[in-house]
Amino acid sequence: MNDTSLHAILDRPNSYIGRSVPRPNIRRLLQGRGTYVDDVHLPRMLHVAFVRSPYAHAAIEAIDTAAAKAAAGVFAVVTGAELAEYCTPWVGVLSHLEGLKSQPQHALAIKKACWQGEAVAAVVANTRAEAEDGVGLVEVQWRELPAVVDMERALDAGTPVIHADLGDNLAWQREYEAGDVDAAFATDTVVEEVFTFGRHTGVTLEPRAILADYQASEEHLTVHHSNQAPHMMQNIFATHMGLEEHNVRVICGDVGGSFGIKVHTYADEMATVALSVMLRRPVKFIADRLESFVSDIHARDHVVRARVAIADDGRITAIEINDLTGVGPYSVYPRTSAVEANQIVNLIAAQYTVENYRARTRVVFQNKVPMCQYRAVGHPIATAVTEGLVDAAAAAINMDPIEVRRRNLIADDSYPAKAVTGLMFEGLSHQQSLARLLEMMDYDGLRAEQTRRRAEGVHLGIGIATFVELTNPSAMFYGVGGARITAQEGCTVRMDAKGNIICAAGVTEQGQGAEAVMAQVTATAVGVPLDKVRVITGDTDVTPYGGGTWASRAAGIGGEAAVQAGKVLRGRILDVAGTILQAEPATLDIRESRVVDMADGRDRIGLDEIGRIAYFRPDTLPKEFQSELVATRHYVPKQYPFAFTNGVQASLLEVDIETGFVTLLKHWVVEDCGTVINPQLVDEQIRGGIVQGIGAALFEHCQYDGDGQLINGSMMDYLTPMAAEMPDIEIAHVVTPTADSELGAKGAGEAGTAGAPGAVLNAINDALRPMDVRLNVHPATPEQILTALGTVKPD
Amino acid sequence: MKPAAFDYVKPSSVDEALALLGEHPDAVVLAGGQSLMPMLNMRLVAPSHVVDIAAIPGLDDISVDNNTLRIGALARHADLASSPQILEAAPLLSEAVLHIGHPAIRNRGTIGGSLSLADPAAELPACLLALGGSVEIVGPDGSRVLPASEFFSGTFETALKPGELLSAVEIPVPAAGYRAGFSELARRHGDYALAGLAAFGRIDGGSAHDLRLAFFAVGDRPMLATATARKLEGQKLTADAIAAAVENLGDDIQVIGQPGCGVETKLHHCGVLARRVLTQLVA
Amino acid sequence: MEPMIDLQITVNGEEVSARVPARQTLVDFLRYQLELTGSHVGCEHGSCGACTVRLDGEIVRGCLVLAAQADGAGVETIEGASDSGELTDLQDAFHTRNALQCGYCTPGMLLTAQALLATNSAPSRDEIRAHISGNYCRCTGYQAIVDAVESVAASRRGEGTS
Repeated sequence: MNDTSLHAILDRPNSYIGRSVPRPNIRRLLQGRGTYVDDVHLPRMLHVAFVRSPYAHAAIEAIDTAAAKAAAGVFAVVTGAELAEYCTPWVGVLSHLEGLKSQPQHALAIKKACWQGEAVAAVVANTRAEAEDGVGLVEVQWRELPAVVDMERALDAGTPVIHADLGDNLAWQREYEAGDVDAAFATDTVVEEVFTFGRHTGVTLEPRAILADYQASEEHLTVHHSNQAPHMMQNIFATHMGLEEHNVRVICGDVGGSFGIKVHTYADEMATVALSVMLRRPVKFIADRLESFVSDIHARDHVVRARVAIADDGRITAIEINDLTGVGPYSVYPRTSAVEANQIVNLIAAQYTVENYRARTRVVFQNKVPMCQYRAVGHPIATAVTEGLVDAAAAAINMDPIEVRRRNLIADDSYPAKAVTGLMFEGLSHQQSLARLLEMMDYDGLRAEQTRRRAEGVHLGIGIATFVELTNPSAMFYGVGGARITAQEGCTVRMDAKGNIICAAGVTEQGQGAEAVMAQVTATAVGVPLDKVRVITGDTDVTPYGGGTWASRAAGIGGEAAVQAGKVLRGRILDVAGTILQAEPATLDIRESRVVDMADGRDRIGLDEIGRIAYFRPDTLPKEFQSELVATRHYVPKQYPFAFTNGVQASLLEVDIETGFVTLLKHWVVEDCGTVINPQLVDEQIRGGIVQGIGAALFEHCQYDGDGQLINGSMMDYLTPMAAEMPDIEIAHVVTPTADSELGAKGAGEAGTAGAPGAVLNAINDALRPMDVRLNVHPATPEQILTALGTVKPD
Repeated sequence: MKPAAFDYVKPSSVDEALALLGEHPDAVVLAGGQSLMPMLNMRLVAPSHVVDIAAIPGLDDISVDNNTLRIGALARHADLASSPQILEAAPLLSEAVLHIGHPAIRNRGTIGGSLSLADPAAELPACLLALGGSVEIVGPDGSRVLPASEFFSGTFETALKPGELLSAVEIPVPAAGYRAGFSELARRHGDYALAGLAAFGRIDGGSAHDLRLAFFAVGDRPMLATATARKLEGQKLTADAIAAAVENLGDDIQVIGQPGCGVETKLHHCGVLARRVLTQLVA
Repeated sequence: MEPMIDLQITVNGEEVSARVPARQTLVDFLRYQLELTGSHVGCEHGSCGACTVRLDGEIVRGCLVLAAQADGAGVETIEGASDSGELTDLQDAFHTRNALQCGYCTPGMLLTAQALLATNSAPSRDEIRAHISGNYCRCTGYQAIVDAVESVAASRRGEGTS
């Protein structure tokens, strides 16, 4: 075997790479024996509930806690000023987002509350029910302030400034220009559209959960956290509670869904930790569902004014966008609330060869729930805008939208390439993927069917969306801005005395199968069956320093660390074997937990025997030899700032033009995410992501009234996608590995969400085309569709 | 979201229940709990006592006697879906009930609970209105029977006086030729409807008689579109006849909008439902 | 002291006596008093299905039933239904088809699926989707779950392997 070939790991015998093996170690989840944070009980544990502002913007004049303190079961009632002695505030800015400004944020608001739902006091009691009783007895003297809730007005002279110290409500803005946009707009056919994206949120089924256990005697803090990035949180807890980082242990056990919601700093979680330090007892906080809606980060509240210029021959000659987004009153820490807008600017038309592009984005503060990164950050908006413009432009010059895409997608043979925004692409497969998609969905057949059904008064719609997805980020994403967010990954693999392999990794698991992927890669790299591998993640005391899970990095970056560590461990095992067998290690290999002759596979000795000798009989090994059956390797992408993937999605649906209701009939994806370690897990990530994107396209919207009140903050009123309305999703793959790693794997976790809203809205507009109407509103509700049709008048 | 503390009592007779309600004016009645429990969990209500009537015998009986279908207040939605008597005498209920929530909800929710709560978006109040049914109410002063048209008085408002309990529902077994139709527009399976219609009438050779069109989820209570129904009395239910009849539906029923689904949209939806349900009645 | 209730409940076949706050829901009783943490809490208003348990043999929302209402009744949770072997083919199908990711909805989903198969041995995909339409899953997008239930139904009918 050529160990020095670019993707040598893929040539390993008995490889698990590319195999859809069922995830090991999830039987406990099937039997209801998982350990989510709320399943953990510690002795003398207390529960916290928060007094939350009923107002979008209100000064806190006084807080009377006497009655609450006297309530049955209540142990403590703490206000913002009191808690500030235990927890320092934070500011969500990064230096590479020039000009980004934000006010310091405290664990409990002190002078005023800036969004409906912001926590201003904490009641700690023996049970959650008693804590809630206490909350009802806390008397806050509020002085209501005008709420800033219309992002279009946020920068007007007459609009109050939320944080006087900042001078205005502008958090950040950016302008970008490439080529000569105005020339193209002067010459070619121009289409203008306004895209509106409704604020929505993650709705993880397990709400946010944290159990902080401060051991005063050791000044040691243990936090059980439903979270994606234990090392990041370790640093944040240590920094703001004034503890030594190595005396903070963060444990992320079973996490009931995250999708980016659980990778941010939440004031109420910091408050919970601070309370444990203050009270010297374990304190547990489980956000209930009503709290979640007014405290989990929201995302994607944008209005994008856009226009596209298209030449008669179908070339897209220019795109311009003007984006406005209203975030919360604070930029979220440490990833900032400007990244979503920045991504949108960067990702518009990234799949196309357009050379003239101008973009402007403004991020403004609002008295609403803070906004930050949520699965596919910015991609759904950039894709929906780009692909909506392409369809509209195609219609304007009467060209088939597929043909327009063919003429403008970056050619498969033109890599490495750059997007007009400077994004670097190592290798993508837009053309091949599109061709595959059209074939697998029988595009021509569907068009014929659509024509037939139209004659019967049935309005089918076919929508396509091509996209790129940013995965495997390097330090260019956060590190360069000063954030203590690591882009590298570490993996330690060791062989135990029985020949089993234990893999401790810095990536984390929330159901996507990160542990399975690590197990498959480790088993392959070392040469053992899958059931001989045990993967440990989510414990800062045990795993190497790692970034956790976000931006679809676990398989590509974590997997590569496992490849390299596994290779080294195999070598070290063979060193021992060579000593025992008096053979050159290079002539040996490990297959199925047995050391064999590389040349003919002849069985020589088992790993269990090597373990026995190495650990219990080192007296039988040469004096100058020391076995070292453990290896740690770290990996960070170096060649490219991000490993971009590409995909294309199609939606087939029916619009009932009488009622405005949309029925999703089918969905297709072709995805290229490089080397696929476990096809089933990748496909299931895509499916879940698509359904999340469909939620945003049709159902999900955090609705605010003019006073900054969230009016649909429950699962009865906020519509998440449920089984009966979702389509079956067919998936195919193209494989363009990255040369930036031996594994060649890119990420795949967010592709579904990136492309689905664009595909669905394009399908709706395709269905409505005979009526000569378009709509660009997410979610496209029945009323929105009826309004676009002119059946009902706009509000 | 944990409820505020309350006393829990489980009377074993109607008299005992009424006595408890009389003694504790801010007590609430717990039947299926599918609507009350969310309210308790969210602390939208904080009663001193929760009176669980599930142990009162006979309150869940379903029977047909003297051309009257009698359904006890504690009959579960799941029972309405599968009861042979109801499938026979009031299939509208069996069909409508499948739109209520999901199986686990229907295993617990009761008809008495649904009618007493009077959620304007609920299906069963509209069905009762369409079928010309009545509710039997028991109270400290005895029992009375009220037609559905007099029972629902507003959003979560009924003719139930403090201390009274809805004990049963009575529906006349229809004569031959009566048919029912039902349709609702909901964003997701099991959701509360954005607009709904329960229709009931006699179809005779394609002509409609005695039509009762009960719209729900569009106002503060289920509403009979009486003028619209009158226009169709004796008429063949053609597309034109229906279109003409629903033209002034907005004058016939008082539609109230909700965020994201305004008055105009709801009214339009009602017109669509009317056409679809009435067309189906004569299909 | 807040009002308390004395309960006699059979949980997973075991007789349990307990004294609980009258306001405690069934799912909280199971999770905190009996430490049967397999039933999960997702919304506490009956919308998500994570708390689904069996009460006298029927699936119910554990968050919408007071523990007090279950006095004298029999309750079965995912742990019991799992230990009895009743769900093994469903669990295996969920496993091989990756019909679970984070696992939080899974106990509720399994009990709900089993309730469907108890009354309908040949459900169509649409019927499966309608039946689980009250169980929120954010991870899978539902298709793998539908596939798993469909395959188990076929296998129980003797028509194939899951």
